[in-house]
Amino acid sequence: MRRLFSRYRILLPVVSLALLLVATFYMQPRTMSYFGVNLLFNLAVPIALATVAQMCIMMVEDIDLSVGAFVSLTACVTATLLNDQPVLGVGVLACLVAAYAVMGAVIHRLELPAIVVTLGMSFVWGGLALFILPTPGGASPGWLRSMMTSTPPMVPMAVVASVVIATVAHLLVVRSGIGTVLRGVGGNARSVARAGWPVIRLKALAYGLAGLFGVLAGMALVGLTTSADANIALRYTLLSIAGVILGGGEFTGGKVSPVGAVIGALTLTLAASFLSFLRLSPDWQIGAQGGILIIVLMARLLFTRRNTRDG
Amino acid sequence: MRNTTLVSAATLAMMAAVAPVHADTSDRRIALSNNYAGNSWRQAMLESWSEIAGAAAQDGVVAAADAFTTSENQATEQAAQIQNLILQGYDAIVLNAASPTALNGAVAEACNAGLVVVSFDGIVTEPCAWRIAVDFQQMGREQVDYLASRLPDGGNLLEIRGLAGVFVDDEISAGIHDGVAQHSQFDIVGAVHGDWAQEVAQRAVSGILPSLPDIVGVVTQGGDGYGAAQAIRAAGRDMPIIVLGNRQDEMQWWADQRDANGYETLSLSIAPGVATLAFWVAQQILDGQDVPKDLTVPFLKITQATLDDTLAQTPSGSVANVTYSLEDARAVIAGAD
Repeated sequence: MRRLFSRYRILLPVVSLALLLVATFYMQPRTMSYFGVNLLFNLAVPIALATVAQMCIMMVEDIDLSVGAFVSLTACVTATLLNDQPVLGVGVLACLVAAYAVMGAVIHRLELPAIVVTLGMSFVWGGLALFILPTPGGASPGWLRSMMTSTPPMVPMAVVASVVIATVAHLLVVRSGIGTVLRGVGGNARSVARAGWPVIRLKALAYGLAGLFGVLAGMALVGLTTSADANIALRYTLLSIAGVILGGGEFTGGKVSPVGAVIGALTLTLAASFLSFLRLSPDWQIGAQGGILIIVLMARLLFTRRNTRDG
Repeated sequence: MRNTTLVSAATLAMMAAVAPVHADTSDRRIALSNNYAGNSWRQAMLESWSEIAGAAAQDGVVAAADAFTTSENQATEQAAQIQNLILQGYDAIVLNAASPTALNGAVAEACNAGLVVVSFDGIVTEPCAWRIAVDFQQMGREQVDYLASRLPDGGNLLEIRGLAGVFVDDEISAGIHDGVAQHSQFDIVGAVHGDWAQEVAQRAVSGILPSLPDIVGVVTQGGDGYGAAQAIRAAGRDMPIIVLGNRQDEMQWWADQRDANGYETLSLSIAPGVATLAFWVAQQILDGQDVPKDLTVPFLKITQATLDDTLAQTPSGSVANVTYSLEDARAVIAGAD
């Protein structure tokens, strides 16, 4: 059993999510319906996208502290420019993705610590968001709203979207050739460079992918909320890091799991709902959320340790 | 057990559906969704809620009146909380929102699921929700009206503003300037930002005082009156009429001054107990009453006559509070028609 868990890194996140889901269904039977599952998970869709964005950065052994501010900015652009002047809006969003790619190249070229650069950039994104939308408002483009509130037959939108995100990210990062090289940059950048790959371009590509998923997260969020606010997604920064780790990723070595990251985001969202169904006092909720995180990580450590010893 | 509750809830819901307009609310559940609990105003708000709504639940007016507070004061977190409340089967949500717009999607989900959403203080713009809003401009105008009644000859005023760039600050200030335009005997000779905090206000007023002529009145936004008084006293000036904002330290200072030299002024702000007003409004809507979507919160005004009573009831470091009854809510609803 232990060996099973350590061999298939993805199993632990899946089991955690399943256990939590069963507990939630037991606590609040009303959630066990098409409508209930959708309400439980629809706000996890933008978090899942932000988590995949964070994963793209952690894949190349960096960390991004600006995800939350960036998603807030793209949400503001979506609710204003993309809605009023679609062409300009698409242009601005494309520029933002490019800016992310440039940020990756600069971090690599100047050998700057990503944690500092992204922390600094988070204030730039925040300032731009306030510039675009000084007071909360804006409106979601109609097509986006209807997409996020659509009701596909049998399976709720939130589940369909999660599966699509996980599949696309898996194909991109795990199955494709370039994805393997990108993970190689995180594992051993020097070897990748010696093998003749331009590491600066690879880093720019990884950051660009993160930017793309960040844009999608902002758009999905506006589709759900119908309007934006310059501070709307600030908590996504830490949630996304927690989601990647919860899903079996690691801070070093290019070890990431796209499917795990999406499951991690769903687990975090579900944990918050579960705690609120428990009627736990808000003073304890953050602590309890942290507790769930620590339990899962401890479980993982237990399995991996065991594995090395058996080795 | 769980199943039987569900079945009986369903039966009750069906009975409610066929009942006449004046439905009974004893089987209805109301939840408070609150985004923040980290200051004295919000603490007083939660206490008022548990006092009034808790009693209503115990008396069987409603089946439950539970309070939920998010831990991080973030809009996306509160949106998730609202969706959870829908899943928990509440009939109405009383909402103090983290953002006027970012919760609209979740509020729309609640409305579509048949819930009543009443927002207050931090209101939401989603059209399906009710709004109990504060007329901040009126709050500014009333200060100048009061000063005009006390000082018919007029004079120079000092304005203490709130936190720059916040909607509330702009609104109150606009009201004050509107009032000054109506009472042309007054001039605003200086304005500083006090950030609604005593220390900041004291520092800011100390800084501007040397450059000012004699002032007869200070118009404020609440939380800044005591600091202004300290700064003016330290500068050795005559004490002007400072309009206060219902904080305990402000009222204590006022009472001390009154006892020492007969000082008179006015204090006004919004009572945290407005949450209980929102509770009764939600109850009335569930009861089938016709309630307009936009209501206005009455101010809590403290005058020379009510100072001692209010001060005695206000805990140190807190803010003057009042809870609302069903009759108060009916009066507010009737006033909006």
